Amino acid sequence: MTAPTDRDLLAVHRSEAAVSVELVTPEMTLNIGPQHPSTHGVLRLVATIAGERLEKVQPVMGYMHRGYEKLAEVRTYAQINALVNRIDWVSGFANEVPFILAAERLMGVEAPERAQYIRLILTEMYRISNHLIFLCSFPAELGAPTPLMYALRERERVLDLVEGVTGGRFHPNFNRIGGVKPAAGGGSTQRTRSQDLSQGFIDGTRRAMAAVRAVCDDLEGLVLGNEIVQQRTVGIGVLPAETAIEYAVSGPNLRASGVPFDLRRVEDYLPYDRFDFDVVTMPNGDNYDRCRVRLEEIRQSARIIEQALGSLPGGPLQAKVPRVIKVPRGECYVRAENPKGEMGYHIVSGGGRRPYRVKIRSASFCNLAVLPWLLEGALIPDVIAILGSLDFVLGDVDR
Amino acid sequence: MSLLDNVWVVLALKLGIAVVVVFAVALVIMFAELKVSAHMQHRVGPYFAGGRWGWAQVFAEALKFLQKEDLTPRDADRPVFRLAPMVSLLATFAVIVIIPLSPKLVAVDLDLGIFYALAAGSVSTIAILMAGWSSGSKYSLIGGLRAGAQLIAYELPLVLAVVGVVIQAGTMSMVGITEAQAQPLFHLGSVGISLPYVLAGQIVGFVIFMIAVLAELVRIPFDMPIAEQELVMGYLTEYSGIRFTMFLLGEYAGMLAMSAIAAVLFLGGYHFWGLNADWFGPFVLLGKALLLVFVMIWFRWTWPRLREDQLQSLAWRWLVPLGLANIAVTAVLKVVL
Repeated sequence: MTAPTDRDLLAVHRSEAAVSVELVTPEMTLNIGPQHPSTHGVLRLVATIAGERLEKVQPVMGYMHRGYEKLAEVRTYAQINALVNRIDWVSGFANEVPFILAAERLMGVEAPERAQYIRLILTEMYRISNHLIFLCSFPAELGAPTPLMYALRERERVLDLVEGVTGGRFHPNFNRIGGVKPAAGGGSTQRTRSQDLSQGFIDGTRRAMAAVRAVCDDLEGLVLGNEIVQQRTVGIGVLPAETAIEYAVSGPNLRASGVPFDLRRVEDYLPYDRFDFDVVTMPNGDNYDRCRVRLEEIRQSARIIEQALGSLPGGPLQAKVPRVIKVPRGECYVRAENPKGEMGYHIVSGGGRRPYRVKIRSASFCNLAVLPWLLEGALIPDVIAILGSLDFVLGDVDR
Repeated sequence: MSLLDNVWVVLALKLGIAVVVVFAVALVIMFAELKVSAHMQHRVGPYFAGGRWGWAQVFAEALKFLQKEDLTPRDADRPVFRLAPMVSLLATFAVIVIIPLSPKLVAVDLDLGIFYALAAGSVSTIAILMAGWSSGSKYSLIGGLRAGAQLIAYELPLVLAVVGVVIQAGTMSMVGITEAQAQPLFHLGSVGISLPYVLAGQIVGFVIFMIAVLAELVRIPFDMPIAEQELVMGYLTEYSGIRFTMFLLGEYAGMLAMSAIAAVLFLGGYHFWGLNADWFGPFVLLGKALLLVFVMIWFRWTWPRLREDQLQSLAWRWLVPLGLANIAVTAVLKVVL
């Protein structure tokens, strides 16, 4: 016997016989997405529901596959840098860093200290921007549209500052192999005439960090302190630490389950070891904790930025690199703490101007893998809440 | 024989005025929602339409909706699908006729006025069920069924809250309840002090009533049947053009109607200290109703949405026992005092 189609089931559901003889709830297949208000783009969930309860869910990814790994094989390293900005578009700069670091490692180049500090500051600013987006979209998924405006207002300040330095808001494309972007018309990248941080940026950032902290306090009281938000999030979508590790969940989602794993501490890449910040963890791994971790991480990022601005070293912004970038034969994997989790690039170089193969390990893709496990047996409203609490971007899932 | 002696002419006049006034106020509420939500969200809101404050925005949007194609999905149950928005509007108007605007401006003063109002108000849920069932869309279906479940949950607290008022007033007539609140409660020297019921013992009933009304109107925090983030637009998903507009107008007119009923039951209706009810009654009542509407808008833009099962637990574990306790206390006090 073939499985009944949706249309058959709907017919059964509608026929009076089914209702009057026995009150069974027929299973129904509900297509959530790819076009749906809460799937953050084009994620599709094929959900089998009985009433409001989800029996089974099958996430379907790939609607946004753009073939970046393949595209990278026919581009030079500088061109790929522009490409990887667009993987996780709400934290563009944080995608560049591990790629450039991998290329630099293969070449045996290290960026000057000041450039590393600038990279660190901008990465943390994108982390703040990303987490503010989360804090605006997650309450919206619970039905509260207003926190969105308050979170986005402060994110706007951060993005304005980033724009002032890099010229870009979403896709800064600011890293170069061996340093950061040269000034327009600056000529050879070996000169020190690169785009530097202005005094206005430093003052503006200090002010912006104060504003970000203030909005964090507001959101903590108004969103996390709200009775209804707590009812909707506490104890919902619990992800135990073991399961999170088994599914290779990383980033804030992992730390919300109580695992103090932060690549900024584990890996040695940017001068994070010189700054004083906490790896925020939460005990329960539910929606509430995933929200709370991100809120605290904004504060920690603001702390890091303030310290970095205070101890910004002088010096050049570019290391000595050849005019034509050729990466020696070899391969390496470099990972970094993207706002959403572990972002890594495995570069295999054949020794030319273009990589032979680039494998992108993106945080959202691995974080989403745990979705069927998390959603099993959830109610439809909780499905949306859990989905939102994982904080993914479809560009990061599909690449 | 004057033209006004003809019962049909009078009826047509009454209906015409009611429809125009209700639509006008519904548009004002829509505009208020746009502006209030904007200011709560640190925005400006409509600004350009009409030249000042964007006052013409609602008209522009209404015109836009009217121009849209009126689509009926292939799988829809056509007659039911087309009827549902009308039922929704009809239910709202059926409630509004019962509201006394001043001692003389009363469309109908039924002995069972409040009973009728509650019964007619529930019809709007049937419209939602019809819309959800007939749309031929799973999202609409879930939305419609949620509305049905919600009806069962809030209807009882709503009635229980009203029973307290009825006991205290000793009548079910809307005019009677209003007048009962104008009776002096106690005397300060030679001046009789009258208090609306919300201050004279029915505060619990008022809170229960307003919570239940929010559920009946499908407003946040109880807008699970719409739940944009979950069900796209719930029972409204498949509606477009004029039918969507009718649902929208029904929602805002419903806010007005239920707020006006709450104003009559708990806030003293058309009476206000020191104002002549004959002359100022309609404005006093409208003012009180709009105040409650503002509170509803305020909730809408500050609170998230509950889950359907949480509404059930709120209704059965808190509102119903509270409502019963309220009735018991009211009845005892009525006998004792």
